[in-house]
Amino acid sequence: MKPAPFDYHTPETAADAAHLLAQLGDGAKVLAGGQSLVPMLALRLAVFEHLVDIGRVAELQGIEVRGDGLWIGAGTTQARVEASDEAASSVPLLTRVTPFIGHFQIRNRGTLGGSIAHADPAAEYPAVALALDATMHVTSSKGSRTIAANDFFDGLWTTTMEADELLAGVTFPIWSGRRGFGVEEFARRHGDFAIAGATVGVELDDADRIGRCAIGLIGLGSTPERAETAEAELVGRPVTDVEPDDVGRLAMAGLGSVPDDLHGSAEFRLRVGAAMVARAWTTASAEARRG
Amino acid sequence: MGEVPVQVTVNGRHREEVVEPRLTLADFLRDLCRLTGTHLGCEHGVCGACTVLVDGAAVRSCLMFAVQADGADVTTIEGVASSEGDLSTVQAAFRDCHGLQCGFCTPGFVMSVTAFLRDHPSPTEEQIREALSGTLCRCTGYQGIFKAVRQAADAGECGERP
Repeated sequence: MKPAPFDYHTPETAADAAHLLAQLGDGAKVLAGGQSLVPMLALRLAVFEHLVDIGRVAELQGIEVRGDGLWIGAGTTQARVEASDEAASSVPLLTRVTPFIGHFQIRNRGTLGGSIAHADPAAEYPAVALALDATMHVTSSKGSRTIAANDFFDGLWTTTMEADELLAGVTFPIWSGRRGFGVEEFARRHGDFAIAGATVGVELDDADRIGRCAIGLIGLGSTPERAETAEAELVGRPVTDVEPDDVGRLAMAGLGSVPDDLHGSAEFRLRVGAAMVARAWTTASAEARRG
Repeated sequence: MGEVPVQVTVNGRHREEVVEPRLTLADFLRDLCRLTGTHLGCEHGVCGACTVLVDGAAVRSCLMFAVQADGADVTTIEGVASSEGDLSTVQAAFRDCHGLQCGFCTPGFVMSVTAFLRDHPSPTEEQIREALSGTLCRCTGYQGIFKAVRQAADAGECGERP
Protein backbone atom coordinates (compact mmCIF):
# COMPACT_ATOMS: atom_id res chain seq x y z
CA MET A 1 0.00 0.00 0.00
CA LYS A 2 1.61 3.20 -1.16
CA PRO A 3 -0.46 6.05 0.35
CA ALA A 4 -0.05 6.91 4.03
CA PRO A 5 -2.93 5.71 6.23
CA PHE A 6 -6.08 7.82 6.46
CA ASP A 7 -9.57 7.61 7.82
CA TYR A 8 -12.32 7.35 5.24
CA HIS A 9 -15.66 9.16 5.40
CA THR A 10 -18.67 8.68 3.15
CA PRO A 11 -21.20 11.48 3.65
CA GLU A 12 -24.52 11.08 1.88
CA THR A 13 -25.39 14.77 1.54
CA ALA A 14 -23.43 17.90 0.69
CA ALA A 15 -24.34 19.30 4.11
CA ASP A 16 -22.86 16.24 5.82
CA ALA A 17 -19.71 16.55 3.70
CA ALA A 18 -19.37 20.22 4.64
CA HIS A 19 -19.95 19.40 8.30
CA LEU A 20 -17.19 16.78 8.18
CA LEU A 21 -14.76 19.24 6.60
CA ALA A 22 -15.48 21.76 9.36
CA GLN A 23 -15.12 19.13 12.06
CA LEU A 24 -11.97 17.47 10.76
CA GLY A 25 -10.06 20.66 9.93
CA ASP A 26 -6.89 20.93 7.86
CA GLY A 27 -6.13 17.22 7.96
CA ALA A 28 -9.14 16.47 5.77
CA LYS A 29 -9.36 16.45 1.98
CA VAL A 30 -12.28 15.94 -0.36
CA LEU A 31 -11.99 12.84 -2.54
CA ALA A 32 -14.02 13.07 -5.75
CA GLY A 33 -12.89 10.98 -8.75
CA GLY A 34 -9.38 10.72 -7.32
CA GLN A 35 -7.62 10.94 -10.68
CA SER A 36 -5.32 13.71 -9.47
CA LEU A 37 -5.49 13.18 -5.72
CA VAL A 38 -4.77 9.44 -5.64
CA PRO A 39 -1.52 9.70 -7.66
CA MET A 40 -0.41 12.48 -5.30
CA LEU A 41 -1.23 10.25 -2.32
CA ALA A 42 0.52 7.26 -3.94
CA LEU A 43 3.67 9.32 -4.47
CA ARG A 44 3.21 10.86 -1.01
CA LEU A 45 3.34 14.32 -2.49
CA ALA A 46 0.24 14.81 -0.35
CA VAL A 47 -0.71 13.24 2.98
CA PHE A 48 -4.09 13.64 4.67
CA GLU A 49 -5.46 12.12 7.87
CA HIS A 50 -9.00 12.08 6.53
CA LEU A 51 -10.51 11.66 3.10
CA VAL A 52 -14.12 12.74 2.65
CA ASP A 53 -15.45 10.80 -0.34
CA ILE A 54 -18.22 12.75 -2.09
CA GLY A 55 -18.67 10.04 -4.73
CA ARG A 56 -21.95 8.88 -3.20
CA VAL A 57 -23.55 12.30 -2.78
CA ALA A 58 -26.37 12.27 -5.34
CA GLU A 59 -27.11 16.01 -5.11
CA LEU A 60 -23.57 16.78 -6.31
CA GLN A 61 -24.20 15.05 -9.61
CA GLY A 62 -26.15 16.10 -12.65
CA ILE A 63 -26.25 18.39 -15.66
CA GLU A 64 -29.19 20.74 -16.16
CA VAL A 65 -30.15 24.11 -17.57
CA ARG A 66 -30.96 26.52 -14.74
CA GLY A 67 -32.05 29.96 -15.94
CA ASP A 68 -29.51 31.26 -18.44
CA GLY A 69 -26.78 28.89 -17.35
CA LEU A 70 -25.87 25.22 -17.43
CA TRP A 71 -25.41 23.82 -13.94
CA ILE A 72 -23.12 20.84 -13.53
CA GLY A 73 -22.77 19.11 -10.18
CA ALA A 74 -19.17 19.00 -8.99
CA GLY A 75 -19.23 15.21 -8.69
CA THR A 76 -20.36 14.66 -12.30
CA THR A 77 -17.83 12.56 -14.19
CA GLN A 78 -16.04 13.97 -17.20
CA ALA A 79 -17.35 11.01 -19.21
CA ARG A 80 -20.89 12.10 -18.41
CA VAL A 81 -20.16 15.68 -19.46
CA GLU A 82 -18.61 14.36 -22.68
CA ALA A 83 -21.73 12.33 -23.50
CA SER A 84 -24.27 14.94 -22.40
CA ASP A 85 -26.67 16.27 -25.05
CA GLU A 86 -27.54 19.11 -22.69
CA ALA A 87 -23.91 20.22 -22.53
CA ALA A 88 -23.44 19.81 -26.28
CA SER A 89 -26.33 22.14 -27.08
CA SER A 90 -25.89 24.66 -24.23
CA VAL A 91 -22.13 24.93 -23.70
CA PRO A 92 -20.47 23.24 -26.69
CA LEU A 93 -17.03 24.30 -25.50
CA LEU A 94 -17.33 21.77 -22.65
CA THR A 95 -18.11 18.99 -25.09
CA ARG A 96 -15.21 19.96 -27.33
CA VAL A 97 -12.67 20.25 -24.54
CA THR A 98 -13.51 17.10 -22.57
CA PRO A 99 -11.84 14.57 -24.93
CA PHE A 100 -8.55 16.38 -24.26
CA ILE A 101 -8.68 15.38 -20.57
CA GLY A 102 -6.41 12.40 -19.94
CA HIS A 103 -7.78 9.21 -21.49
CA PHE A 104 -11.25 7.70 -21.49
CA GLN A 105 -10.36 5.51 -18.52
CA ILE A 106 -9.48 8.66 -16.55
CA ARG A 107 -12.64 10.48 -17.65
CA ASN A 108 -14.76 7.56 -16.41
CA ARG A 109 -13.71 8.46 -12.85
CA GLY A 110 -12.51 12.06 -12.99
CA THR A 111 -15.06 14.74 -12.17
CA LEU A 112 -15.72 18.25 -13.41
CA GLY A 113 -15.59 19.70 -9.90
CA GLY A 114 -12.47 17.76 -9.01
CA SER A 115 -10.65 19.17 -12.00
CA ILE A 116 -11.73 22.74 -11.23
CA ALA A 117 -11.05 22.51 -7.49
CA HIS A 118 -7.63 20.97 -8.20
CA ALA A 119 -6.92 24.11 -10.27
CA ASP A 120 -4.11 22.79 -12.40
CA PRO A 121 -3.04 25.53 -14.82
CA ALA A 122 -2.52 22.92 -17.54
CA ALA A 123 -6.00 21.40 -17.11
CA GLU A 124 -8.89 22.01 -19.46
CA TYR A 125 -11.97 22.73 -17.32
CA PRO A 126 -10.35 25.52 -15.25
CA ALA A 127 -9.44 27.38 -18.46
CA VAL A 128 -12.97 26.95 -19.83
CA ALA A 129 -14.55 28.05 -16.55
CA LEU A 130 -12.36 31.13 -16.48
CA ALA A 131 -12.89 32.06 -20.13
CA LEU A 132 -16.67 31.63 -19.98
CA ASP A 133 -17.11 33.48 -16.65
CA ALA A 134 -18.49 30.43 -14.88
CA THR A 135 -19.86 30.69 -11.36
CA MET A 136 -18.62 28.34 -8.65
CA HIS A 137 -21.15 27.23 -6.04
CA VAL A 138 -19.37 26.61 -2.78
CA THR A 139 -20.82 25.25 0.41
CA SER A 140 -19.61 24.96 3.99
CA SER A 141 -21.09 24.35 7.43
CA LYS A 142 -21.58 28.14 7.67
CA GLY A 143 -23.66 28.34 4.49
CA SER A 144 -23.30 28.63 0.75
CA ARG A 145 -21.78 31.29 -1.47
CA THR A 146 -20.80 31.79 -5.07
CA ILE A 147 -17.37 32.69 -6.39
CA ALA A 148 -16.84 34.11 -9.88
CA ALA A 149 -14.29 32.10 -11.86
CA ASN A 150 -12.24 35.27 -12.17
CA ASP A 151 -11.82 35.33 -8.37
CA PHE A 152 -11.44 31.57 -7.93
CA PHE A 153 -8.00 30.54 -9.22
CA ASP A 154 -5.38 31.83 -6.85
CA GLY A 155 -2.13 30.10 -7.74
CA LEU A 156 -0.70 26.72 -8.66
CA TRP A 157 -3.22 24.13 -7.41
CA THR A 158 -4.72 26.82 -5.19
CA THR A 159 -8.17 28.37 -5.13
CA THR A 160 -9.84 31.01 -2.97
CA MET A 161 -12.06 28.38 -1.35
CA GLU A 162 -11.46 27.98 2.38
CA ALA A 163 -10.26 24.60 3.66
CA ASP A 164 -13.72 23.84 5.07
CA GLU A 165 -15.50 24.71 1.84
CA LEU A 166 -16.73 22.22 -0.72
CA LEU A 167 -17.19 22.94 -4.42
CA ALA A 168 -20.77 21.77 -4.98
CA GLY A 169 -21.36 22.78 -8.58
CA VAL A 170 -20.43 25.08 -11.42
CA THR A 171 -22.74 27.14 -13.63
CA PHE A 172 -21.55 27.94 -17.14
CA PRO A 173 -23.23 30.83 -19.01
CA ILE A 174 -25.10 29.71 -22.13
CA TRP A 175 -24.19 31.65 -25.23
CA SER A 176 -26.94 32.03 -27.76
CA GLY A 177 -26.94 33.51 -31.23
CA ARG A 178 -24.16 33.15 -33.78
CA ARG A 179 -21.54 31.44 -31.71
CA GLY A 180 -18.54 29.32 -32.47
CA PHE A 181 -15.99 27.46 -30.37
CA GLY A 182 -12.57 25.96 -30.82
CA VAL A 183 -10.06 24.02 -28.74
CA GLU A 184 -6.45 23.33 -29.65
CA GLU A 185 -3.70 21.75 -27.64
CA PHE A 186 -0.17 20.69 -28.34
CA ALA A 187 1.02 17.72 -26.27
CA ARG A 188 3.77 15.20 -26.92
CA ARG A 189 1.26 12.36 -26.64
CA HIS A 190 -2.52 12.42 -26.75
CA GLY A 191 -3.81 12.71 -23.20
CA ASP A 192 -0.68 14.26 -21.72
CA PHE A 193 -0.89 17.65 -20.12
CA ALA A 194 -0.45 20.14 -22.94
CA ILE A 195 2.72 22.13 -23.55
CA ALA A 196 0.23 24.88 -24.37
CA GLY A 197 -3.39 25.04 -25.38
CA ALA A 198 -6.26 27.41 -26.04
CA THR A 199 -10.03 27.41 -25.79
CA VAL A 200 -11.84 30.04 -27.80
CA GLY A 201 -15.45 31.18 -27.97
CA VAL A 202 -16.71 33.85 -30.40
CA GLU A 203 -20.14 35.40 -30.78
CA LEU A 204 -20.99 37.52 -33.82
CA ASP A 205 -23.76 40.02 -34.50
CA ASP A 206 -25.72 40.01 -37.75
CA ALA A 207 -23.13 42.27 -39.39
CA ASP A 208 -20.31 39.78 -38.57
CA ARG A 209 -18.92 42.04 -35.86
CA ILE A 210 -17.48 40.35 -32.78
CA GLY A 211 -20.05 40.74 -30.01
CA ARG A 212 -18.01 38.90 -27.45
CA CYS A 213 -15.14 36.51 -27.28
CA ALA A 214 -13.51 34.35 -24.65
CA ILE A 215 -9.95 33.12 -24.88
CA GLY A 216 -8.79 30.66 -22.22
CA LEU A 217 -5.14 29.65 -22.08
CA ILE A 218 -3.89 26.26 -20.91
CA GLY A 219 -0.43 25.61 -19.50
CA LEU A 220 0.77 29.19 -19.88
CA GLY A 221 0.90 30.39 -16.28
CA SER A 222 0.75 29.31 -12.66
CA THR A 223 -3.04 29.52 -12.94
CA PRO A 224 -5.34 29.07 -15.91
CA GLU A 225 -5.11 32.31 -17.88
CA ARG A 226 -7.50 34.42 -19.87
CA ALA A 227 -6.37 36.68 -22.70
CA GLU A 228 -8.40 39.69 -21.57
CA THR A 229 -6.37 42.29 -23.44
CA ALA A 230 -6.82 40.40 -26.69
CA GLU A 231 -10.53 39.98 -26.04
CA ALA A 232 -10.98 43.70 -25.40
CA GLU A 233 -9.14 44.54 -28.63
CA LEU A 234 -11.29 42.17 -30.64
CA VAL A 235 -14.79 43.04 -29.45
CA GLY A 236 -16.58 45.33 -31.88
CA ARG A 237 -14.31 44.56 -34.83
CA PRO A 238 -15.62 42.88 -38.01
CA VAL A 239 -14.49 39.27 -37.79
CA THR A 240 -13.36 39.31 -41.41
CA ASP A 241 -10.73 41.96 -40.53
CA VAL A 242 -9.12 39.80 -37.87
CA GLU A 243 -6.02 37.78 -38.72
CA PRO A 244 -5.82 34.63 -36.59
CA ASP A 245 -2.04 35.01 -36.15
CA ASP A 246 -2.61 38.49 -34.71
CA VAL A 247 -5.06 37.04 -32.20
CA GLY A 248 -2.40 34.50 -31.20
CA ARG A 249 0.23 37.18 -30.72
CA LEU A 250 -2.15 39.45 -28.81
CA ALA A 251 -3.20 36.61 -26.54
CA MET A 252 0.40 35.96 -25.47
CA ALA A 253 1.00 39.59 -24.49
CA GLY A 254 1.39 40.22 -20.80
CA LEU A 255 1.74 36.59 -19.66
CA GLY A 256 4.04 36.86 -16.67
CA SER A 257 4.61 33.35 -15.36
CA VAL A 258 4.91 31.02 -18.33
CA PRO A 259 6.33 27.65 -17.20
CA ASP A 260 9.93 27.04 -18.18
CA ASP A 261 10.97 23.44 -17.66
CA LEU A 262 12.33 20.34 -19.35
CA HIS A 263 9.09 19.92 -21.32
CA GLY A 264 9.55 23.28 -22.96
CA SER A 265 11.11 26.69 -22.42
CA ALA A 266 8.88 29.68 -21.76
CA GLU A 267 9.78 31.07 -25.18
CA PHE A 268 8.76 27.82 -26.88
CA ARG A 269 5.49 27.65 -24.96
CA LEU A 270 4.63 31.20 -25.99
CA ARG A 271 5.20 30.34 -29.65
CA VAL A 272 3.12 27.18 -29.32
CA GLY A 273 0.45 29.06 -27.36
CA ALA A 274 0.14 31.73 -30.05
CA ALA A 275 -0.27 29.03 -32.70
CA MET A 276 -2.91 27.21 -30.64
CA VAL A 277 -4.90 30.42 -30.12
CA ALA A 278 -4.70 31.21 -33.84
CA ARG A 279 -5.97 27.75 -34.80
CA ALA A 280 -8.74 27.73 -32.21
CA TRP A 281 -9.75 31.22 -33.33
CA THR A 282 -9.93 30.04 -36.95
CA THR A 283 -12.23 27.16 -36.01
CA ALA A 284 -14.40 29.23 -33.67
CA SER A 285 -14.84 32.22 -35.97
CA ALA A 286 -15.62 30.05 -39.00
CA GLU A 287 -18.28 28.23 -36.98
CA ALA A 288 -19.79 31.48 -35.74
CA ARG A 289 -19.99 32.85 -39.29
CA ARG A 290 -21.90 29.76 -40.40
CA GLY A 291 -24.25 30.05 -37.40
CA MET B 1 -6.82 4.25 11.43
CA GLY B 2 -10.13 2.49 11.00
CA GLU B 3 -10.68 -0.44 8.74
CA VAL B 4 -13.80 -0.48 6.59
CA PRO B 5 -16.02 -3.31 5.36
CA VAL B 6 -16.27 -3.69 1.58
CA GLN B 7 -18.61 -5.79 -0.52
CA VAL B 8 -17.77 -6.18 -4.18
CA THR B 9 -18.86 -8.58 -6.89
CA VAL B 10 -15.77 -9.69 -8.79
CA ASN B 11 -16.29 -11.63 -12.02
CA GLY B 12 -19.73 -12.63 -10.77
CA ARG B 13 -18.53 -13.77 -7.39
CA HIS B 14 -19.51 -11.94 -4.20
CA ARG B 15 -16.61 -10.83 -1.97
CA GLU B 16 -16.71 -9.35 1.50
CA GLU B 17 -13.59 -8.06 3.19
CA VAL B 18 -12.61 -5.60 5.87
CA VAL B 19 -9.81 -3.40 4.54
CA GLU B 20 -7.69 -0.37 5.24
CA PRO B 21 -9.12 2.57 3.28
CA ARG B 22 -5.74 3.13 1.60
CA LEU B 23 -5.87 -0.29 -0.06
CA THR B 24 -6.27 0.30 -3.79
CA LEU B 25 -8.76 -1.70 -5.79
CA ALA B 26 -5.76 -3.15 -7.67
CA ASP B 27 -4.19 -4.47 -4.46
CA PHE B 28 -7.61 -5.69 -3.29
CA LEU B 29 -7.98 -7.75 -6.47
CA ARG B 30 -4.43 -9.06 -6.47
CA ASP B 31 -3.76 -9.67 -2.78
CA LEU B 32 -7.17 -10.47 -1.30
CA CYS B 33 -8.99 -11.97 -4.30
CA ARG B 34 -5.77 -13.58 -5.57
CA LEU B 35 -6.63 -12.40 -9.06
CA THR B 36 -3.12 -11.56 -10.17
CA GLY B 37 -4.03 -11.05 -13.83
CA THR B 38 -4.52 -7.36 -13.04
CA HIS B 39 -0.99 -6.00 -13.37
CA LEU B 40 0.50 -3.01 -11.60
CA GLY B 41 3.02 -1.02 -13.59
CA CYS B 42 3.38 2.57 -12.48
CA GLU B 43 0.82 2.67 -9.65
CA HIS B 44 -0.02 6.29 -10.35
CA GLY B 45 -2.37 6.17 -13.29
CA VAL B 46 -0.06 6.53 -16.27
CA CYS B 47 0.57 3.07 -17.71
CA GLY B 48 -2.94 1.57 -17.75
CA ALA B 49 -1.81 -2.00 -17.02
CA CYS B 50 -4.18 -2.22 -14.03
CA THR B 51 -7.34 -1.31 -15.97
CA VAL B 52 -10.48 -3.20 -14.91
CA LEU B 53 -14.20 -2.65 -15.45
CA VAL B 54 -16.15 -1.14 -12.55
CA ASP B 55 -19.88 -1.29 -13.27
CA GLY B 56 -18.88 -1.66 -16.90
CA ALA B 57 -16.61 1.40 -17.06
CA ALA B 58 -12.90 0.93 -17.77
CA VAL B 59 -10.95 2.49 -14.90
CA ARG B 60 -7.45 2.46 -13.46
CA SER B 61 -7.68 0.17 -10.44
CA CYS B 62 -4.55 1.81 -8.96
CA LEU B 63 -6.37 5.17 -8.85
CA MET B 64 -9.34 3.87 -6.94
CA PHE B 65 -9.51 2.68 -3.36
CA ALA B 66 -11.25 -0.63 -2.76
CA VAL B 67 -13.64 1.16 -0.39
CA GLN B 68 -14.79 3.35 -3.29
CA ALA B 69 -15.85 0.20 -5.13
CA ASP B 70 -18.17 -0.86 -2.29
CA GLY B 71 -21.32 -2.27 -3.89
CA ALA B 72 -19.81 -2.30 -7.38
CA ASP B 73 -19.59 -5.01 -10.00
CA VAL B 74 -15.96 -5.51 -11.04
CA THR B 75 -14.69 -7.43 -14.06
CA THR B 76 -11.02 -8.33 -14.34
CA ILE B 77 -9.06 -10.05 -17.09
CA GLU B 78 -9.93 -13.37 -15.42
CA GLY B 79 -13.60 -12.64 -16.13
CA VAL B 80 -13.64 -11.61 -19.79
CA ALA B 81 -13.85 -15.05 -21.38
CA SER B 82 -17.11 -16.94 -21.20
CA SER B 83 -15.53 -20.07 -19.74
CA GLU B 84 -12.25 -21.37 -18.38
CA GLY B 85 -9.77 -22.01 -21.19
CA ASP B 86 -11.66 -19.93 -23.71
CA LEU B 87 -10.53 -16.59 -25.05
CA SER B 88 -12.81 -13.60 -25.52
CA THR B 89 -13.02 -12.07 -29.01
CA VAL B 90 -10.57 -9.37 -27.96
CA GLN B 91 -8.13 -11.84 -26.38
CA ALA B 92 -8.23 -14.07 -29.46
CA ALA B 93 -7.55 -11.08 -31.71
CA PHE B 94 -4.52 -10.09 -29.61
CA ARG B 95 -3.15 -13.63 -30.00
CA ASP B 96 -3.85 -13.73 -33.74
CA CYS B 97 -2.32 -10.33 -34.48
CA HIS B 98 0.77 -10.56 -32.27
CA GLY B 99 -0.72 -7.89 -30.05
CA LEU B 100 1.51 -8.92 -27.18
CA GLN B 101 5.06 -9.94 -26.48
CA CYS B 102 5.96 -10.05 -22.79
CA GLY B 103 2.29 -9.72 -21.87
CA PHE B 104 2.68 -7.40 -18.91
CA CYS B 105 0.52 -4.63 -20.35
CA THR B 106 -1.92 -7.02 -22.04
CA PRO B 107 -4.58 -7.29 -19.30
CA GLY B 108 -4.93 -3.52 -19.28
CA PHE B 109 -5.16 -3.36 -23.06
CA VAL B 110 -7.72 -6.17 -23.20
CA MET B 111 -9.95 -4.59 -20.53
CA SER B 112 -9.77 -1.13 -22.13
CA VAL B 113 -10.40 -2.49 -25.63
CA THR B 114 -13.28 -4.65 -24.38
CA ALA B 115 -15.05 -1.57 -22.99
CA PHE B 116 -14.12 0.55 -26.00
CA LEU B 117 -15.53 -1.88 -28.58
CA ARG B 118 -18.70 -2.37 -26.57
CA ASP B 119 -19.27 1.41 -26.77
CA HIS B 120 -17.84 1.87 -30.30
CA PRO B 121 -18.61 -1.32 -32.25
CA SER B 122 -17.49 0.21 -35.58
CA PRO B 123 -14.57 2.44 -34.65
CA THR B 124 -12.57 4.63 -37.02
CA GLU B 125 -8.77 4.33 -37.13
CA GLU B 126 -8.46 7.56 -35.22
CA GLN B 127 -10.84 6.37 -32.51
CA ILE B 128 -8.85 3.16 -32.11
CA ARG B 129 -5.56 5.05 -31.79
CA GLU B 130 -7.09 7.39 -29.25
CA ALA B 131 -8.55 4.49 -27.27
CA LEU B 132 -5.14 2.80 -27.16
CA SER B 133 -3.32 5.97 -26.12
CA GLY B 134 -4.16 5.46 -22.45
CA THR B 135 -2.19 2.23 -22.12
CA LEU B 136 1.55 1.81 -22.49
CA CYS B 137 3.33 -1.11 -24.16
CA ARG B 138 7.11 -1.12 -23.88
CA CYS B 139 8.04 -4.10 -26.03
CA THR B 140 6.04 -5.28 -28.99
CA GLY B 141 4.91 -1.89 -30.25
CA TYR B 142 1.43 -0.74 -31.04
CA GLN B 143 0.91 -1.92 -34.63
CA GLY B 144 -0.02 -5.47 -33.66
CA ILE B 145 -2.28 -4.14 -30.93
CA PHE B 146 -3.95 -1.79 -33.38
CA LYS B 147 -4.53 -4.68 -35.80
CA ALA B 148 -5.98 -6.78 -33.00
CA VAL B 149 -8.54 -4.09 -32.20
CA ARG B 150 -9.43 -3.81 -35.89
CA GLN B 151 -9.86 -7.59 -36.14
CA ALA B 152 -11.97 -7.78 -32.97
CA ALA B 153 -14.15 -4.91 -34.20
CA ASP B 154 -14.63 -6.55 -37.59
CA ALA B 155 -15.50 -9.84 -35.90
CA GLY B 156 -18.26 -8.10 -33.94
CA GLU B 157 -19.65 -9.86 -30.88
CA CYS B 158 -17.80 -7.59 -28.51
CA GLY B 159 -20.51 -7.71 -25.95
CA GLU B 160 -23.19 -5.61 -24.36
CA ARG B 161 -22.81 -3.21 -21.50
CA PRO B 162 -23.72 -5.08 -18.28
